[in-house]
Amino acid sequence: MGNYFTFPDLLIWLPILAGGFCFLSKKDKEAKRTAIVFSIIILGVSIATLFFTDSVKNLNLNYVNYIWLKYLGATYYIGIDSTGRMLTLLTAIGFPIVLIATSNTTFKKPANFYGLLMLTQAGLMGVFLAMDALTFYFFWELALIPIYFLSSQWGGEKRIQATFKFFVYTFAGSLLMLIGIIYVYMHTGARSFEDGTIANHSFALNSFYNAQLSAVEQNWLFILFFIAFAIKMPIFPFHTWQPDAYDQSPTAVTMILSGIMVKMGLFGVIRWLIPMFPAASIHYRNIIMLLSIIGIVYASCIAMMQDNIKRLIAYSSIAHIGLMCAAIFAMNQISIQGVMLQMFNHGINIIGMWVVVEIIERQTGIKKISQLSGLATTAPTLTIFFIIIALANIALPLTNAFTGEFLMFSGIYNYNTWFAAIAGIGIILSAVYTLNMIQKVFYGSVNAATAEVKDISWNEKIVLLLIVGIIFFIGAYPQPLIDLTSGGINDLLLRIK
Amino acid sequence: MNTIICTAFFGVVMMFFGVFVKSKKSPKYAAIIGLSAIILLNISELITGNSFFQIDIHEMLHFDNFNLLFITIALSCTLIYFLLSGSEIEKVGNHVGEYFALIFFVLCGISIAATFNTLLMLFIGIEIISIPLYILTASDKRNLKSNEAALKYFLMGAFSTGIMLMGIAFIYGGNSAASFHIDKIQLGIGKMPVMIAIGLLFLMVSMSFKVSAAPFHFWTPDVYDGAPTVFTSFMSTIVKAAGFFAFIRLFEHAFGVIQDQWQHLIIIITVATLLIGNVTAVFQQSVKRMLAYSSIAQAGFMLLALFALNGKAKEGILLYSAAYSLATIGMFGILTKMEDFTIDGFNGLAKEKPLLAFATTVFLLSLTGVPLTAGFQSKFFMLMAAVENGHHIWLVIVAVLFAAVSAYYYFKIIQSMYFKEAKTSGIVKLDALSKPFNIMLMVIVVIILIIGVYPEILIGWMYH
Repeated sequence: MGNYFTFPDLLIWLPILAGGFCFLSKKDKEAKRTAIVFSIIILGVSIATLFFTDSVKNLNLNYVNYIWLKYLGATYYIGIDSTGRMLTLLTAIGFPIVLIATSNTTFKKPANFYGLLMLTQAGLMGVFLAMDALTFYFFWELALIPIYFLSSQWGGEKRIQATFKFFVYTFAGSLLMLIGIIYVYMHTGARSFEDGTIANHSFALNSFYNAQLSAVEQNWLFILFFIAFAIKMPIFPFHTWQPDAYDQSPTAVTMILSGIMVKMGLFGVIRWLIPMFPAASIHYRNIIMLLSIIGIVYASCIAMMQDNIKRLIAYSSIAHIGLMCAAIFAMNQISIQGVMLQMFNHGINIIGMWVVVEIIERQTGIKKISQLSGLATTAPTLTIFFIIIALANIALPLTNAFTGEFLMFSGIYNYNTWFAAIAGIGIILSAVYTLNMIQKVFYGSVNAATAEVKDISWNEKIVLLLIVGIIFFIGAYPQPLIDLTSGGINDLLLRIK
Repeated sequence: MNTIICTAFFGVVMMFFGVFVKSKKSPKYAAIIGLSAIILLNISELITGNSFFQIDIHEMLHFDNFNLLFITIALSCTLIYFLLSGSEIEKVGNHVGEYFALIFFVLCGISIAATFNTLLMLFIGIEIISIPLYILTASDKRNLKSNEAALKYFLMGAFSTGIMLMGIAFIYGGNSAASFHIDKIQLGIGKMPVMIAIGLLFLMVSMSFKVSAAPFHFWTPDVYDGAPTVFTSFMSTIVKAAGFFAFIRLFEHAFGVIQDQWQHLIIIITVATLLIGNVTAVFQQSVKRMLAYSSIAQAGFMLLALFALNGKAKEGILLYSAAYSLATIGMFGILTKMEDFTIDGFNGLAKEKPLLAFATTVFLLSLTGVPLTAGFQSKFFMLMAAVENGHHIWLVIVAVLFAAVSAYYYFKIIQSMYFKEAKTSGIVKLDALSKPFNIMLMVIVVIILIIGVYPEILIGWMYH
């Protein structure tokens, strides 16, 4: 294959190409079909990457490096390593699921909708693949812009304010990160290119890892980067944009936001933040774990009070992400392994939750838990699927999330017993609000709103079957996922030591 | 040298053109052809390093890659401006040829202000820029607002010119070399002489006035609002960038060695400019006024170059000039086609004219500084320059936070265009569909995106 069709190139350019085709499509169905076909092709490419994991043998296949701004020492450097491979796989699985699951919903101006959605995928892929700080920043922002337009144009009533809040939060965060990037860049070593140009500094990932920074500098740079990542995740107290944005976005976009986009923040911490500033990470770890754990308990409590299904899931997502963030900063082998697993699992599970919510909302037009009742009678298949997914979300054994959460908890426990104990409350609370919701929405007597609900159609069945299949497969046999990510964990731990 | 002589000459040609050719259309074409030729001459000077006119100028002007490149950018932006808004210039009044002539004189002034080597040349350059602008501001003769704006601009401008002249006099009197040459000013050893300090302060004030930096910005919104929109577009972009260029050239060469003594003043001006420009822009309902305030806000970002005063800052100011000028010219070009200048006037534009809305979006994203647009690269280089300077990182943080604020008012227009419904149909004037206009908009969009992806296409010329 030479240097022409490398995996990272394909993973970024195929979505862009798909986006272009979608924008140009004239008929309404055409855009949807193009997006689905391309997303499945991308999934195929992503699965193919799993067979070329040997980084030495397949160097040319997994890494692409073009000179970009040579006077600055910036390159367009993208590549697949183990963490990136897992998250690109999640992105590649997520998109077809989202597209197929929502294919019964009709959107105004489908050409633009699907076009922007595919561009989002390109941005997300780029974030997970970037090996150069400037490339990373570019994709980081590029993932945001299409999402902004998607949510503002196709969302709910208060979409404009909600999405704009989201945009300004993340934009401000990423600008702070940009300063951080520039500052670190100014402290990197020189870099020479093949054509003899010598740049004084370099944006490459490795140069960033080896930048000469004092402890004080590390500490405040850490904050600049962390704010950007914390807003994206989001971690308490930077989470206020999230419930509104999830609630007001069209559900297809919410799935992308909550399933995949939040992983950008976690990924940023793992790929950039901790390896760049290991000393500062240790310096701040207690504060961040404390914030995460406050977030878990706080979000869980609010979730219990919610009457809006979408907001309930949004808050439950804050709790889950908080746990992952806490586990990252426990910084031991087990906890980070758990995070790696859980990033994938959380993505699958929460997309599954949204798929069900989308079906309910589309058929009844209701988001309020108190107004729904007795769906199990009218839509039994849907109910079964949802219960499985919900149980996976609260990490019942034999489901995928169990392994991940177990590892994370034991990792946090190793670091600090109290943190683990308080975070454990979150698990209990999540069982409370999830089961409560299931009980109210699916059981009880059928009311006027739910009487007309039809059971799910074949495309939704396929999607939910796929999700449930992944849940059980990883629940029973998580080893492939662990093998996939172990390389990244070892690199990370090596940097901390 | 090519540019200075040719623009002055061509300005005169255009004046006579207005007298002898009665057609209203022809001055535009003549101007476009003339300007294209001048750009080619300027580029040939940039590449070969030789001017056609070998005149002994006694080192009063200095030409190097950096300022020739800036002149190229200014001329090219003006050409784009002619191509985009030329037909609007025709609508302002009857003396079409003269408007173009005045713009050529401004370009002559810009070329002098970008290449000056002595304080006198700086003064002449700035004045040649300013005086035609007073006339252009007043060109809508029957409009009271335009007249008021011109008078205000003239009075304030004359005042600041006086201060500048005074500053030059102090510098001349205060330095022991008794030289106007900016590289030869003796600043004294150790402490700055009082006369030099006063002169520096006066120059700083008057230049801040010219680039509308706070607290010397008060004329800007009124003048930009009152002037015919098509000339506001020119004034607020190319002219302003030239002002900055001169500002930086002056302070780098004349006072660069004692930067630590005046850097704090620049910090204060920068923060004030960012604060006032951004915060006031948030509350504007008229897009034209909003752009006026946002031009102040953008000036705040450009001041970072003056704060940093290093190689990156030079690259930054070039990029910023190009990026900001292109996007703003595009915005004003679109604005001239709108029926209603308020933000609500943009409601539903995306549905009625998707192409126009798309172009507006790109311009606004570029002004905000979103990656993939030229605006990002320019902000990025500015930030890099400021960080490289090493001191006062907090200033950089303040700057980016205000950049986030700027997203608020720029995105209001995007929200109007895409997410709100129009109350009435016909939000755009009928002739907006003219093909050349749309093509030009797309050309600007493409240029913005190209610079956004690969800025070295522009700044690479500096190392040619």
